Amino acid sequence: MHNDHDHGHPHGKDHDSGPVGAYEMLEEAVRTLLIERGVLTAQEIAASVDLMDSRSPALGAKVVARAWADPAFKKLLLADTRAALMRMGIDIGPAPEFATVENTARVHNVIVCTLCSCYPKMLLGIPPAWYKSLAYRSRTVADPRGVLAEFGVEIPSSVEVRVHDSTADLRYVVLPMRPKGTRGWSQDQLAAIVTRDCMIGTARCRVQ
Amino acid sequence: MKARARPGRNARGAARFAPGDAVRVAGRDALGHCRTPWYLRGKIGIIASVHGSFRDPESLAYHKPGLPAHVLYKVRFKQSAIWGAYKGPDSDQLEADIFEHWLELLDRANRE
Repeated sequence: MHNDHDHGHPHGKDHDSGPVGAYEMLEEAVRTLLIERGVLTAQEIAASVDLMDSRSPALGAKVVARAWADPAFKKLLLADTRAALMRMGIDIGPAPEFATVENTARVHNVIVCTLCSCYPKMLLGIPPAWYKSLAYRSRTVADPRGVLAEFGVEIPSSVEVRVHDSTADLRYVVLPMRPKGTRGWSQDQLAAIVTRDCMIGTARCRVQ
Repeated sequence: MKARARPGRNARGAARFAPGDAVRVAGRDALGHCRTPWYLRGKIGIIASVHGSFRDPESLAYHKPGLPAHVLYKVRFKQSAIWGAYKGPDSDQLEADIFEHWLELLDRANRE
């Protein structure tokens, strides 16, 4: 129970006690109608929520760690991301397609969706709020180096910055560069330094 | 697991453009939903790769079948060709996925 703690922070509208907002009422009305009309069942909705909850950046980190440790897997990941993920037991569903872009000493990739907020959810889970913000979406395509600098990532002018605007049926994931000082590490150790932002391109992987 | 059609992996032979071709994104307006961002309309890029064919979002968005499917391309633009006042180095690029019916051929790549 989260209502039996004694500190005094205000409870937001995601708690049962707050007032119900317009979108919550709309969601409930649509959901109730879909169930009543036999379009969906409550079990199907719950299963869908469970599936989304099973995806998180930790899953993506495992994939990156394996790509760093296993050259044949990395080759497959870059050529056919769907097949590579399936080899690790990760099913991304029938659509959208996935593609992996590799950061190297010469190219730094960063992912954005200017039209809405397309994101590789079936690998990384729910996107961070800033990824969906108008500021990130509009500024990343026009001034990627400025945005990256605000994330603490300075890209030297000798390195090409390549922005990927996920405009249609593909979702992009960045394969970050493996940092120095990680030779001989296990895949678990490697996965621990791969953060969500490394796979969006707004961070570099670093040895702590 | 249920076998599902993967339209993205088919119909590559039907693609009008090939990697290396120079293309221009149509500068036209679109009524309703479309996946061609405004900032790329009228801009010139190079076909980076052919993704395959996908159902048309401009009809899918209105509960229609999205058929016929259109070929989708990864198009690579120089940042300096998009933004007049781009501040970064000339080598910086941007890639976006653009449907064939939004692209016009400017120059065929030299293919032996």
